[in-house]
Amino acid sequence: MPQAVRAGRARLPLRENPPLGESARRDMTKFLLRRLANWVVLVVLATSLAYVLAATALNPRANYENRRPAPAPAIVDQRLDELNANDKTPMLDRYATWAKGVVQGDFGQTVNGEPVSDEIGRRILVSLRLLLIATVLGGALGVAAGAWSAVRRNRPGDHALTVISFTLLATPPFVLAILLEILAVRFNDLVGASFFEYTGEFTPGQEGGFLSQGVDRVQHLVLPSLTLILAEVAIVSRYQRSAMLDVLGADYVRTARAKGLTRSVALRRHALRTALIPSATFIAYNLSLLLVGSTFVEEIFGWHGMGELFIESITQSDVNSVAAVSAFAAVLVLLAGLLSDLAYAVLDPRVRIS
Amino acid sequence: MSDSVLRVRDLAVTFPGRSGDVQAVRGIDFDLARGEVLGLVGESGCGKSATALAVTGLLPDSARVAGSVRLGGRELIGLDDDALSGVRGSRISIVFQDPLSALTPVYTIGRQVAEAVAAHAGIAREAALERAVELLDVVGIPDARTRAGAYPHEISGGQRQRVMIAIAIAAEPDVIVADEPTTALDVTVQAQVLDVLRRAGELTGAAILMISHDLALLAGFADRMAVMYAGRIVESAPVDELFESPRMPYTAGLLGAVPRVDAAGGRALAAIDGAPPALTDLPPGCPFAPRCPLVIDVCHGTEPDLDPVGGGASLAACHRAQELASGELGPAGELFTPARGPEARAVQPGDARGLALEVTGLRRHHPLLKGAIFKRQVGSVRAVDGISFELRDGETLALVGESGCGKTTTLMELLELARPQDGRIVVLGKPTEELSAADRRNLRRELSIVFQDPFASLDPRLPVGDIIVEPLRAHGTARAAETARVSELLELVGLEPAFAQRYPQQLSGGQRQRVAIARAIALEPRLVLLDEPVSALDVSIQAGIVNLLAELRDRLGLSYLLVAHDLAIVRHVADRVAVMHLGRIVETGSIADVYSAPAHPYTQALLSAIPIPDPRAERARQRIILRGEPPSPSAQLGGCSFRSRCPLFAALGEEARRPCVERDPQLSAVGAGQQAACHHARGAPVG
Amino acid sequence: MRSSVVIGHFRAQRLALAGLVVLAALFVLAFAGPLLSPWDYDERDFGAFLQPPSGDHWFGTTQTGGDVFALTMRGMQKSLVIALLVAILATGLAAIVGAAAGYLGGWVDRLLMWWVDLLLVIPAFLIIAILSPSFAGKSWLLLVILIAAFLWMVTARIVRGMTVSLREREFVRAARYMGVRDRTIIARHILPNVASLLIVDATINISAAIIAETGLSYFGFGVQPPDVSLGTLIADGTTAATTHAWLFAFPAGLLVLAVLAVNLVGDGLREALDPSAGSSS
Repeated sequence: MPQAVRAGRARLPLRENPPLGESARRDMTKFLLRRLANWVVLVVLATSLAYVLAATALNPRANYENRRPAPAPAIVDQRLDELNANDKTPMLDRYATWAKGVVQGDFGQTVNGEPVSDEIGRRILVSLRLLLIATVLGGALGVAAGAWSAVRRNRPGDHALTVISFTLLATPPFVLAILLEILAVRFNDLVGASFFEYTGEFTPGQEGGFLSQGVDRVQHLVLPSLTLILAEVAIVSRYQRSAMLDVLGADYVRTARAKGLTRSVALRRHALRTALIPSATFIAYNLSLLLVGSTFVEEIFGWHGMGELFIESITQSDVNSVAAVSAFAAVLVLLAGLLSDLAYAVLDPRVRIS
Repeated sequence: MSDSVLRVRDLAVTFPGRSGDVQAVRGIDFDLARGEVLGLVGESGCGKSATALAVTGLLPDSARVAGSVRLGGRELIGLDDDALSGVRGSRISIVFQDPLSALTPVYTIGRQVAEAVAAHAGIAREAALERAVELLDVVGIPDARTRAGAYPHEISGGQRQRVMIAIAIAAEPDVIVADEPTTALDVTVQAQVLDVLRRAGELTGAAILMISHDLALLAGFADRMAVMYAGRIVESAPVDELFESPRMPYTAGLLGAVPRVDAAGGRALAAIDGAPPALTDLPPGCPFAPRCPLVIDVCHGTEPDLDPVGGGASLAACHRAQELASGELGPAGELFTPARGPEARAVQPGDARGLALEVTGLRRHHPLLKGAIFKRQVGSVRAVDGISFELRDGETLALVGESGCGKTTTLMELLELARPQDGRIVVLGKPTEELSAADRRNLRRELSIVFQDPFASLDPRLPVGDIIVEPLRAHGTARAAETARVSELLELVGLEPAFAQRYPQQLSGGQRQRVAIARAIALEPRLVLLDEPVSALDVSIQAGIVNLLAELRDRLGLSYLLVAHDLAIVRHVADRVAVMHLGRIVETGSIADVYSAPAHPYTQALLSAIPIPDPRAERARQRIILRGEPPSPSAQLGGCSFRSRCPLFAALGEEARRPCVERDPQLSAVGAGQQAACHHARGAPVG
Repeated sequence: MRSSVVIGHFRAQRLALAGLVVLAALFVLAFAGPLLSPWDYDERDFGAFLQPPSGDHWFGTTQTGGDVFALTMRGMQKSLVIALLVAILATGLAAIVGAAAGYLGGWVDRLLMWWVDLLLVIPAFLIIAILSPSFAGKSWLLLVILIAAFLWMVTARIVRGMTVSLREREFVRAARYMGVRDRTIIARHILPNVASLLIVDATINISAAIIAETGLSYFGFGVQPPDVSLGTLIADGTTAATTHAWLFAFPAGLLVLAVLAVNLVGDGLREALDPSAGSSS
């Protein structure tokens, strides 16, 4: 999926005698601002689409109709109106109400009557924590593994890594998460202590100072982030390996060696540096894949993040929460896209207008 | 030779391949003396690039190398990467063919040259950068200090190659290996870069191993020559001797096939039948035997050694070298008799008849757009900027010029058969702006095209028969008649009818181009457009295709519009020529007139830059070397667009320069049938 | 003639061949297995709750006495069939739309690509999840169409990109200048030359579809009860996974095996069709 979005990326202008330094920086800023505007438009449209779909497909009325005793229709209508989720109100009106609220930072109310903003305020950091760790650690390890694998192409190390990557890639995140959980339980039994914790983010009511709380959090962090990190390493290392292989045979690596640089110096300074360009953007775009993966991880390990909210709100037919999570996802993709454009502009002097 | 700085003995390079090992180099010996220039010539697949890489230790890991390479007495084969790294750059360096891919795209050129400087001298970063700027200046990069901060994609091809040369001499090596350093460059830029290379050699006292497929280029550049064929050296001699009296039939064939831009051109080219052998499947005996006119029985059995001939410094690998040397077999120049006799043309140029093509004031500008959502025009690229010419029935007109001059764009405009942006096109009597869709389709029967790249112009998924039949089918030929017509066409272009079942990948470059030509004449057109039809082919194959084109033209009464950058080839097949520069035609006339007395300074420089395969003539030539870079087609220059590089302009006084600055020169007559667009045009014999 | 060359190259890669064999075996197992088993997937053995694998119940039993083997085979059938249908639908649609957009260009192309861009901003998973309640009672074919509706876009983009570059290749231009009609050019020159891309992409789509479907079904957004898929089985087996591993291990293991096999075959096909790609070992 990330590749498709990458294909549509616009680029900076190429000129014959381009300005160096100051005006180049100005060009880059203008370019990034233009891209930002482009992304914002897309995000608004995509989130609106998600809202409309949710409002159409989900049926919050059923929440009330399924209660025993069923409340009177008039009361149900009134309740739904308060939530801006009455299917008798025209879609356009509901959308307008919702959109007005969003622009002011109010995402409406959940089916339980609480403000959605409060709910997501709590949960955003939880999800971001997981995503950030997975992206940074997973990305760095993936790049290193891929580069190492490419240099040792077809040797035992490469084969081993390829087998591991392929197997990991064939393992959906939920399978991986549960598998890790099983292994953790076995390990705990073996060691006779609760080394790996697999429920929630931390132990409620944990006593002790900062250190013991910190250790507790880490114990809870290991399994969920490991799931995502392993998935990220698998996919990034394959990509990096392929990018490196393309570059290893490049003429400019040969020139570097012709100058008298040893093979490892030439590879590091010229090959890796050039192969980082597509990888950096690839990692950025993977964020949306990781988002889906973290949904599974949050459910299985009981982390109260945006992913868990998403699953709950669909089963509860909570239109506003669903729309809010979709907005979150879209904004993440926007950030990822911007980061990738930034990375490209910084790392590659060849960017140009399409 | 104790004097030799590079000594190669029995060098053999083998690459693993899908269908068996490929012996790219099969045991070669040569010596390179201090300060000498050795020219290594051969066609594609002969192993010359593999030799270059083997000698510098840059072959891919999968390659196997055997033999001995001694650089200044030190054996290089078998050294590990660290030791070789110490030698590369400081004792032996290399300049590659394609400077864009050979320079790292993410580092500035200054930094890359500085890296070469610092690789063998433990000096500080600033000092290395300083030295880098000096080197950039030495190789002729204008404004070196500022340009040092540019990236490779921001400078022109010629400048990039100069940067490569700067990198190569940075650590002052004893040997510089140049692997086809000018092949990717325009001919005027080639002249500049060769000049830089020569000076670099003189400055550092380094010996140069110059590898090229272009015999003519080496004639003026090398001191000694070595000819490679199928992985071995088949002849080696001082440059004068090689060109005057070759001792090996292949060399003679190559010399006969090289097109010449001087007066000796105009005779038919001598083609060598067949193609170089596949290195995976070499027959026993001499690999040239299947194509050799002097072949005798022993040639099929034993491969000849490279032995001295006639007691001179020449070596030749031929069983009949002695006979060749003594002159018993006649002059070497007549070994490969040209297939085409003197003009037996169905239609003679100069006969009064209709116009196949009439172009008036053709313009094609591409707008330069800026902005993401609302694009606004900030200028335009003037690819074709108002050209006019005529092509008479049965005539061959060549549009020549360097890259970016607009010749290919002109061709594409003609092919669209639509109303041009500006101006008028009349094809075979029909103005293109009046054509309906049906008219256009019908006109396409009479107009066809042959593209440059025989690999790309044939669909790899279709067999040859289907490729040739495509135009027939598109215009409603009866199914029953198809097979017969395909066989007929294949025979016309010199291929057996059985080729119809083969796929393009199974054919050689020359064979593919023949298929493309067969396809082009399938519907019996009257006008054929040819876009650099032979520039992607080896020299010995080129000649065959050129002869075929001429033969077809004569038999079928075709008119050709030929686009080419190689003026030498053009001399052998065209009747008239139009020289293009930055979208304008700057000179036009008959081949004889323009080539012997070019009137426009650009034509003069162009002709002067083209090497002639005659070492003595080359040494005696007065070269006109253009200074500076070709301006961009989007630049807005008032007046003459050539004046930034014009040697004539540079030599004129203030008064005389005024018309060049103020008024754009138009084509005006300078002789009978010859026109030039220059305020100071005069016919000058070629220097 | 060319296909025999390709088959030859494919056979030379042992891993890919192994993948193909495993895949075939899984298919046979999924469809022939239930015929061999004494239990049906919807039968309940009330005397055997949560039994580990035994001679009676080869993969053990669930909390309600269902035979895990029968259930797993049923689930695998569903997941494999859905994946195949999705891949065919997605690849077919992508080929036609991508080639047309790439070759014809203009507003058709721009509109298409803009639409694709928009839909890719939100992960497909979310959108299908949102829509899932609306097909609660309906056929699983709707799921096939939905998943295909997202997967085709990625391939279409790639096909479009390749078509655009093919359009400028000289053999296509030659055909245009000969007067061959557009639709003939697309059929004769463009599509066969993207065929190898399409084949490889189809296999990628199969594995992507398996993962997408099982992921959705895990949360109940995909295949709905009483229908069974590997995803639903794994979901059912999650809570008891640490103590009764067989509930999780068999469906999960077969799932991983299936995806792995498809990936290996896809990789092998890519090598065989385009050896210059060189991205894999």
